[in-house]
Amino acid sequence: MTAHDRWIHTPPRKSATFDDYSIAEIRRAAATGIYDIRGAGTKRKLPHFDDLLFLGASISRYPLEGYREKCATDVTIGARYAKKPITLKIPITIAGMSFGALSGPAKEALGRGASAVGTSTTTGDGGMTAEERQHSKTLVYQVLPSRYGMNPNDLRKADAIEVVVGQGAKPGGGGMLLGQKITKRVADMRRLPEGIDQRSACRHPDWTGPDDLEIKILELREITDWEKPVYVKVGASRPYYDTALAVKAGADAVVIDGMQGGTAATQDVFIENVGLPILSAIAPAVQALQDLGMHRQVQLIVSGGIRNGADVAKCLALGADAVSIGTAALIALGDNDPHLEDAYRALGTTAGAYDDWHEGRDPAGITTQDPRLSARLDPAIAGRKLANYLSVLTLEAQTIARSCGKSHVHNLEPEDLVALTVEAAAMARVPVAGTSWIPGKNG
Amino acid sequence: MPTIDLTNTTLRELNGALHKLSHESNETLWRVLNPRGLHSVAAGIDAPIQVEIEGHVGYYCAGMNQRAYVVVRGNAGQGVAENMMSGHVHVQGDASQAAGASGCGGLLVIDGNASARCGISMKGIDIVVKGSVGHLSAFMAQAGNLVVLGDAGEALGDSIYEAHLYVRGSVKGLGADCIEKPLKEHHKAELQKLLSAAGVNGSVDIGEFRRYGSARKLYHFHIDNVGSY
Repeated sequence: MTAHDRWIHTPPRKSATFDDYSIAEIRRAAATGIYDIRGAGTKRKLPHFDDLLFLGASISRYPLEGYREKCATDVTIGARYAKKPITLKIPITIAGMSFGALSGPAKEALGRGASAVGTSTTTGDGGMTAEERQHSKTLVYQVLPSRYGMNPNDLRKADAIEVVVGQGAKPGGGGMLLGQKITKRVADMRRLPEGIDQRSACRHPDWTGPDDLEIKILELREITDWEKPVYVKVGASRPYYDTALAVKAGADAVVIDGMQGGTAATQDVFIENVGLPILSAIAPAVQALQDLGMHRQVQLIVSGGIRNGADVAKCLALGADAVSIGTAALIALGDNDPHLEDAYRALGTTAGAYDDWHEGRDPAGITTQDPRLSARLDPAIAGRKLANYLSVLTLEAQTIARSCGKSHVHNLEPEDLVALTVEAAAMARVPVAGTSWIPGKNG
Repeated sequence: MPTIDLTNTTLRELNGALHKLSHESNETLWRVLNPRGLHSVAAGIDAPIQVEIEGHVGYYCAGMNQRAYVVVRGNAGQGVAENMMSGHVHVQGDASQAAGASGCGGLLVIDGNASARCGISMKGIDIVVKGSVGHLSAFMAQAGNLVVLGDAGEALGDSIYEAHLYVRGSVKGLGADCIEKPLKEHHKAELQKLLSAAGVNGSVDIGEFRRYGSARKLYHFHIDNVGSY
């Protein structure tokens, strides 16, 4: 060994555990002393719908003609107890997102897009705006722990009511809306001081537990004269028991939101480490409904990471009655659009990664209350884009359903699916491709 | 005067009848007999009427009330007058948890004691409790007034925003960001008005009350406040 050889090292090797992102987060935490808050859902790789495939038709299953034979997509929600159940033309709804988290034009665009294709949109933490009601043919009104903006007049104006127990991005966590977005109008609607960092409660103020929930639902039905369907929304956590308890409490519909579902603002550690991927939550929820004899009587709506018609079809095949989209709807409106790359770079990010929705500086004018920025979003054009996207999701789901020989998307079934991985097979309770093996079910 | 006996009339029939009343209805005084602890009695009224309930009620009596004057001649279960918008609800006995929760307006008077979380998330309602209130009362209280003639339990006004709290007796403990504040003349005037509205006239010395409200230190996230959460 020469003296020089002593300084020859192995190639630089970064730790798989302390990867670049983890190291950067340690540095950021050390510099700021506070956890990272951001919007959107989990960004980690998870077992998802990409891990499932449809089998399609074969000798024993014959398909329907793609351009000849009808494949229906309608869904009725709330017939269990509501005098006025709602019927949607497509089984894809818009998830709850607040005015406050979103700009007025963004809420209007969601209403326009959803109404154009015959589906519903949903209010959020902060109440109902007149514009939202005006532009949403079918509007679901959320009853949230904070009760910001809650009032009986809006409750009666709604077409359905959604009692929000939790959401997929943060099961067990309350919302946040930081001061930049608490403008005068938002503050007035929520009865808060302007400009404060708003903390939403994580539990409802007047009920705890399933027995109370039953009584709360009774009150909401009484106040609205039993007209409105009542949904119960939970973050995917204990889907079998939460579904069963929601049914027991008298829900007309159960909404289960996986951890890929977005949020306006929550701690990154919460988003990434609490809750279940939606793939693992659907089969247990359906099982609960079947065990209670309530499958298709109480509708199951699932959400969290739905991107295309195949995802929609897979949810329905696993037994859901409808799906809900949030992040994908915002992308359809123009969120994270590459044509805004310069603006995203100025914010220290890039198109496709922008998630500082809580800061109110969204160059697309969607997650902001800054009138200069929100004026950039034309609600008519953005609504048209959303309608187009919803139509494509529907067409794609129909295409797959026809290939499986189904005259209604609800006729898709687990038997139509296989999984590419053992994990996905176990979670979705469908066989590994090419086998009859469902891990955990039959050995 | 319509009299509804809940032993032979359903809750749905009662509430349905109350909801159908027009604002100009002449049927302005209703008596409800034998409520037997039923839930949601007289919930969702939106008319300037008086409803007298002769007995104990369960959860959410007079929930989301608008403009009506509802008297409970007995005790009230959880969430009485929750999310009330306007009007007046008077419980002549005790009230369970979360009385007046998230109320936006109107006046709730409880002659006896209120349990935990009285006035939780209140958003403009006025609440007068002639007895004592339990723990975590006025939790995250945003606006309105809570007046307690007796004592308050632990963590009063935890994470409070801009509601005003007046307590005549002892306070077992204040919650995060809740502090005692001076009782100034305009507060005394506000208190006098609330007591008068609740039917407490002259029998109480305003000077015996102490006022509590927000220190406003948790209005913005800051690392220095981490120990408060």
